[in-house]
Amino acid sequence: MNRLGIAAIAIGVLVAVVAPFLLKPFGIYLISMWAVLTVAAIGLNLTLGYAGQVSLAQGAFVGIGAYTVALLTQAGYPFALAFVAAGLLCFIIGWLLGYPALRVQHHYLAFVTLAFTTLVFLLLRNEQWLTNGIYGINGIARPIFFGWSSVKPLNFYFFCLTALAVLSFATWWMLRSPWGRAFVALRENPVRAASIGVDTRRYTLMAFAIGSSLGGLAGALYAPLVQFIEPGSFALNLSFNLLLMVIVGGSGYFFGPFVGALIAVLLPEWMRVAEGYYLIVYAALIMVMMAFCPSGLLGLAERLLKPVARRGRLEPILRAKEAAQ
Amino acid sequence: MASLIQLLVSGLATGAIYALIAVGFTLLWQTSQTINFAQGEFVMLPAFFVLAAVNFGTPFWLAALIGIAVSVVILGLLFKLIVVDPMLRYGVLPLVISTIALSLLLKESAKDFYSSQAQPFPALVPATDIHVLGAVISTQSLAVLAVAIATVAMLHFVLNKTRLGRSMQATAQNPTLARILGIPVQRMVLYTFLINAALVAIASILISPIYLAKFTNGETLGMAAFLAAIIGGFNQVRGAILGGLILGVLDNLSAAYLSSQYRAAFPLLILIVVILFRPQGLLGRVEERTV
Repeated sequence: MNRLGIAAIAIGVLVAVVAPFLLKPFGIYLISMWAVLTVAAIGLNLTLGYAGQVSLAQGAFVGIGAYTVALLTQAGYPFALAFVAAGLLCFIIGWLLGYPALRVQHHYLAFVTLAFTTLVFLLLRNEQWLTNGIYGINGIARPIFFGWSSVKPLNFYFFCLTALAVLSFATWWMLRSPWGRAFVALRENPVRAASIGVDTRRYTLMAFAIGSSLGGLAGALYAPLVQFIEPGSFALNLSFNLLLMVIVGGSGYFFGPFVGALIAVLLPEWMRVAEGYYLIVYAALIMVMMAFCPSGLLGLAERLLKPVARRGRLEPILRAKEAAQ
Repeated sequence: MASLIQLLVSGLATGAIYALIAVGFTLLWQTSQTINFAQGEFVMLPAFFVLAAVNFGTPFWLAALIGIAVSVVILGLLFKLIVVDPMLRYGVLPLVISTIALSLLLKESAKDFYSSQAQPFPALVPATDIHVLGAVISTQSLAVLAVAIATVAMLHFVLNKTRLGRSMQATAQNPTLARILGIPVQRMVLYTFLINAALVAIASILISPIYLAKFTNGETLGMAAFLAAIIGGFNQVRGAILGGLILGVLDNLSAAYLSSQYRAAFPLLILIVVILFRPQGLLGRVEERTV
């Protein structure tokens, strides 16, 4: 990591800590939402950016996590237990889904996960005895830790920010451990990784399961943040949005999800002037970006800052394509 | 028994529409490795072109032709030139993302520039019922089936019996060899995009009297097309037709006999089973894996 990168991270942390004191409650809600979505997007980035698999199930895992926390805390269990349960449950479901689904790859996985998300939505909507169906679950309590209550928006934001910091540090540590370097190998050159003895299928499955578990943890934060959950929030739209966040930020870049989630949360607010047309503009911007810079905003920044010695993810692919033609 | 016949006929009618959408979807995949996540919105949109033409006072048959023509230009030609061509060199993934964004764009555009309300759409034939063996079959279902079969038959004729169609198949199977044989590969790819646009426009005109023209229609229709294509076989036109018909019939039967709450779940379960045990689809060929 160079000096520029460290400076950018320091400024980012400073802004994240100072900003809530300058914001109105709605602004605090928005940046809390940013922290929650970032956790989910980091998980998806493991699957998409490192293992290279298009997953449309992340929204469903957020939903499973949110419902787990809502149901467990309302049954009287402490939040910490529910939080861990949400992560663990999504890890197990991710493993069980990924084990058969990763036999088939690329676009097939996109469709299997798309089917999974729709199935989860149907279950949440139809199993009224458990989830209260379309009426959703109301009045989800925010946790209290050793007498420190996170009920106030400002406190809850710092709780989310701490969770984000801990989880992203854990992911960063995992990715640079000897064990985790295999994930980078999966991304850079799966065939070579396999040839030097990396069990690519097992690592792809691990990336998918850990990514799913981060989705569940994001859901565990989402439920007490909005305090009301219903099946519609976790339909296919959320999965699409999370996917777009990772892509817009820059898939495969560690800080890509942070940037992507920030844009997904702030853009609708900035574009209040455009009213209903904002989604049209957002979609058009993504299409333009895909045509000119598919490696996302961080990829664009890297290209602008290091015009000579750039080593983007697409370079080898482009070179191979040129050579083939 | 009578109700079973009714369900089968109306299921086949919806299935035939799904088949049209899925055939276009697989054609794009075969010739250009384009996975069009906006295929459902491609079916939603032409109905609005037709309605716009009808609002100008053109008779329905002319409006339908205008709708198909506009679709061929926008969803065929412009889609290929503006969205697909700049993206092909990056491989499959960025194009997938781009078509996801395109689906959002088309959906929101239909909502903001036409209407967020479901619009009634004129039917092909006046709605009357025919009684066969005690079953009540609507003329609409029969008209839909007739148009869909005619369309597929024409497509089959073009693809298999004409020089143009065989050139397109050669392009799909081996673009390099096709180029060596002197086939204008790029033009053939463009033709599949135009054919896809015409197919979705026809599907749109067939399905909109049943579902009404609404900006959210694409979500279920796109899903139906993916499912049909995968269940039948991604690399076979007849696979997509079989998949579409299975899906339509299954949808009707499961809603009637199993559970209407979970009617959307049954096709997904079949999808998962097919992907696990026969990933190439029921009629598909195994594709060679390239490194």
